[in-house]
Amino acid sequence: MLSYQTKVILKKEFSSYFNGPIGYLFLIIFLFGMNYLTFEPGSGSYFLMRQADLSAFFNYIPWMYLFLIPAVSMKLWADEKKSNSIELLLTMPIKVQEAVIGKFLASWSFVGIALLCSFPLVLTTLYLGSPDIGVIFFGYLSSFLLAGAMLSIGTFFSALTKNQVVAFILTVVICTLFIMAGSPPFMEYISTFLPKYFIDLLESLSVLNHFESMGRGVLVLSDLWYFTLLIVFWIVVSITLISENKA
Amino acid sequence: MIEVKNISKSFGAIQAVSNISFSLEKGDVLGFLGPNGAGKSTSMKMITGFLNLDSGSIKVSDFDIETQRTNAQEIMGYVPENAPLYEEMYVEEFLYFIAEVRRISIKERAHKVEKVVRMCALINVVGQRIETLSKGYKRRVALASALIHDPKILILDEPTDGLDPNQKHDVRDLIKDLSKEKAILISTHILEEVESICNRCIIISEGVMKYDGTPSEIKSKSSTGSIEDVFRAMTLNENIEGVSLC
Repeated sequence: MLSYQTKVILKKEFSSYFNGPIGYLFLIIFLFGMNYLTFEPGSGSYFLMRQADLSAFFNYIPWMYLFLIPAVSMKLWADEKKSNSIELLLTMPIKVQEAVIGKFLASWSFVGIALLCSFPLVLTTLYLGSPDIGVIFFGYLSSFLLAGAMLSIGTFFSALTKNQVVAFILTVVICTLFIMAGSPPFMEYISTFLPKYFIDLLESLSVLNHFESMGRGVLVLSDLWYFTLLIVFWIVVSITLISENKA
Repeated sequence: MIEVKNISKSFGAIQAVSNISFSLEKGDVLGFLGPNGAGKSTSMKMITGFLNLDSGSIKVSDFDIETQRTNAQEIMGYVPENAPLYEEMYVEEFLYFIAEVRRISIKERAHKVEKVVRMCALINVVGQRIETLSKGYKRRVALASALIHDPKILILDEPTDGLDPNQKHDVRDLIKDLSKEKAILISTHILEEVESICNRCIIISEGVMKYDGTPSEIKSKSSTGSIEDVFRAMTLNENIEGVSLC
């Protein structure tokens, strides 16, 4: 399904996370942070809920992603542009779309590995009770799709600038908007001055709503479509941007 | 092998390249001469398919660079200005990556990598991270990566810039060796380089082609035989004593 060059780029980019400290740093912070948040002694904590499920874990995923995902995506293109290695890359027989998709899939696989590394939590839950495996599976699937959506946004902003810090900040801001669009305080506030159809539209675009709906263990086609379209949209825009503005 | 016809490129209000045409055949070492900002690198970026053309056409061994970009890129090896590399990679890992992109089969890969390592004298640094290398070694790694698939056409943007005299000498010898089998386009602003390795040269200034001929023809335009004087007269549009451009 993937072209030869896409696979070559995917392999190279994936291993680049482990060529320096960034990959290990991400894994440590992500896993330590997620486990801390899951077990922290608050009202939503894993033990206090007295339920054999992972909702305490999945609820924090979007907020943890908000700072870590842009850190994974920021170097994808900004670094290539800054060091001018983009010229080396795109003067070899590689199409722009192959390079963009390869890099995006590498970052997505990397976050996928980070998610898989949280497996002891699943084992703990299985040991403590009899959780609904379907719900856990969909929780992971929605977390993976959310990572893809945020990484595709990150790919675009990394392609927009030579500066990794700028790419990081813009990705955080846009991802925050996508997530906040569905949060109740925000919706309540804007409903005071915006028409209802606009509020409905915004709500349907919210990442959080689709993430939570999938996380409940129900596979609704519209949620899958939502994430797929979001990823495809940002990747296509990134391909266009890089084709037009390589240097 | 390369047929460039009336190519132009502008960036906003700046006309970087304007109506340049030339051709390049096997056995040619064509020197692209010009002051900084003359449009040498922009032209090379268009020939290698990195930048789109505003107008004109480029054919690389019958492949049109705009419609058959990747086919054309398969037969070219290119070292961009300042030789950018993936600094976090190891030299050997990098060369294997390039070999993979260039579709060299797994069986042949080790042999090809070994060959360019030997050719570019990289044996002492194959196990090192690229970011730890000196400028001269980085250039050689870039050159090795451009040669790994044994391209018919080699395009080198200021290949000796920043090298010490010994390294310059080695790179020039290497280019001379390679020129028998390949068509080579090099850009430079070192005039002695043109004399020592090029059989043809083009002078461009402010995006416009000023001269296309052999280095000896340029020399003959100056009563003292100085390429530098002719270069100055052509690129600055000044009258220089002893130079006749007609």
